[in-house]
Amino acid sequence: MPEPVAVIERHGNRSRVKACNEAADAGGVRVGMPVSAAQALLTNLVVRSRDMAAEQESLEGLASWAGNYTPAVSLQPPDGLLIEIGSCLRLHRGFKNLIAQMRHGLNEMGYSASLACATTPHAAWLLALAGQEVAIRDPAKLETVLGELSVRLLDQSQDTLASLEMLGAHTLGECLSFPRAGMARRFGQSLLDEMDRALGRLPEAREFFLPPPSFTRRLELPSLVNESEALLFASRLLLLELEGCLNLRQAGVQEFELVCHHEDMPETVVKVGFAQPTRALERMLLLLRETLGRTRLCAPVHTIVLNASRIQEIELANLDLFQDNAEAGDGNLLLERLRIRLGKEAVFNIAPAADHRPELAWRPCEAGDESKPAGKQQRPLWLLPKPMPCRKERLELQSGPERIESGWWDGMDVVRDYYVAQGRNGSRLWVFRERSSGAWFVHGLFA
Amino acid sequence: MNASLDLVLQHPGIWRGDQLAQATGETLSTGFAELDEQLPGGGWARGALTEILLEREGIGELRLLLPALASVSKQSEWQAWVSPPHVPYAPALSGAGVNLKQLLVARPQTPADAWWTTEQALRSGACSAVLAWLSAPDEKRMRRLQLGAETGHAWGVLFRSANAAQERSTASLRLRLEATSNGLAVHILKRRGGQVNKPVLLSLHQNNGVRQARPPAPSLSVVPTLRAVSRN
Repeated sequence: MPEPVAVIERHGNRSRVKACNEAADAGGVRVGMPVSAAQALLTNLVVRSRDMAAEQESLEGLASWAGNYTPAVSLQPPDGLLIEIGSCLRLHRGFKNLIAQMRHGLNEMGYSASLACATTPHAAWLLALAGQEVAIRDPAKLETVLGELSVRLLDQSQDTLASLEMLGAHTLGECLSFPRAGMARRFGQSLLDEMDRALGRLPEAREFFLPPPSFTRRLELPSLVNESEALLFASRLLLLELEGCLNLRQAGVQEFELVCHHEDMPETVVKVGFAQPTRALERMLLLLRETLGRTRLCAPVHTIVLNASRIQEIELANLDLFQDNAEAGDGNLLLERLRIRLGKEAVFNIAPAADHRPELAWRPCEAGDESKPAGKQQRPLWLLPKPMPCRKERLELQSGPERIESGWWDGMDVVRDYYVAQGRNGSRLWVFRERSSGAWFVHGLFA
Repeated sequence: MNASLDLVLQHPGIWRGDQLAQATGETLSTGFAELDEQLPGGGWARGALTEILLEREGIGELRLLLPALASVSKQSEWQAWVSPPHVPYAPALSGAGVNLKQLLVARPQTPADAWWTTEQALRSGACSAVLAWLSAPDEKRMRRLQLGAETGHAWGVLFRSANAAQERSTASLRLRLEATSNGLAVHILKRRGGQVNKPVLLSLHQNNGVRQARPPAPSLSVVPTLRAVSRN
């Protein structure tokens, strides 16, 4: 049984219980109870103050996560999200499937939510507030269902709500049955407007949520964690939010870091890098798993922070009509996995570079770098990293010379005549004569 | 011979002593008709290891592979080079039609890491061809590579010195290369199905093994345009 926890909020100089967990509820703690009474009931009650900033952060995290389902997400602070799903039902194979997926996701992240669906955002919100988990997909039924909701749910001043009840209007239906002109005179236009918006008689313009261009989310772990598997599980919850955030921004990340905070020890930073910006959850998880597997934690972890400071826009490649390029992505994955064990410098792509000096005419590069087309001259497949001195008598020159004279401006000047030569032992060599000294060197092998 | 027996003999599981083994998997053409003729399935076998034994470097060992490597590039598939002894020279490779964007070079620090890297590259399924220069082979390591190549359906090429010819090997194809005045002699030391006693003599092209790209057939003039689009 977990320990009983209650969240309290100050009203004036009294603190009352705002929410509590099941253990506290079983001990008799109720929402709205003064904190002193709750503590008297349960001596081991853990009391936390309500943290509005953290709540807002969680709400934004949830909004990011919702970006995995639809691009149109809108915040309803302090604890609501409005999500437009009409346009993405087909993508998620129908309404039932989508709701089941979202509910599963919410459970996984440890949230309890009341989900309601209606043809207008405000109606959906009122239904969710009322705790009625229904889906009204026919506008004609909206008025009947909303009519039974309590007027207390409306976003109006306490005075307005109290006078409505004095008039005998306890439900929205009763409210709607009054003459509009009189209602407007008595309560102002805002009450009518709110009901009209709920019923779809007035349009509602909502601002869509756009996550900030860098991602930082913190997660306090419920208990101290020592194993990478448990750490991975917790990180997955944050990565889900990151994935949604990237979906909303049509972007990807090339690297992210997971900061693990320990008690009394400097934090451990785990960095994960990709060959190309990505936003695929499975890929991020896979590489994080391998990186974590190679990381030694010096102490148990109590909090993790996921940072992705550089979110870059990516264009999804157009799908090929005739070839599928699925393998191309796998190559990048292999590169990333090899880098985790071998180090970043040990695994690379190569590209020709625009320089006449043979040793500078190639460079190691990142995957996806643009490369310049190579020249037409004859070049060997192997280049010796350092030219090797050789004796002219052992060579049989076959073609050349090709004079290369370049680099006087940066102190690495090259004045050479290159030849293709046959070595005595049957190998074909790329040799040059240094014009200043007349010395001969082997620079490559036509392997 | 009656028809039903003929039918039975065409079964891929049946090999007759006087013919080459049927390829169990897909093969990549070597680009040399003389050599293709001698290899089971008519080319380099995918999902298996090929061992290339060299007396010395620079006699054409890469030019021998280039046509196949370029065709791997053409299918926009990846290849990996593990622990190459020198710098794989980008201008020459790109000139020979190898797509460098899908060529991965790994330089692991230790032999153990090099074996691991080769196995990962073979196993990943991402690479169609994996070229490796490895030291300290043993049976267990070789078997792991063999399994990796099967899993990832990759063509694994191991370069070894000619001294290794006497050692046992799990590779399904073993070639020894020798430079002669008439070109490159390819001795087939081991292949699936039958011994060959005569080496295959290849004249590698002087221009780096670069072959002239075949001009597109005029009746299919739409093909190059589509290629250009799909590469974007």
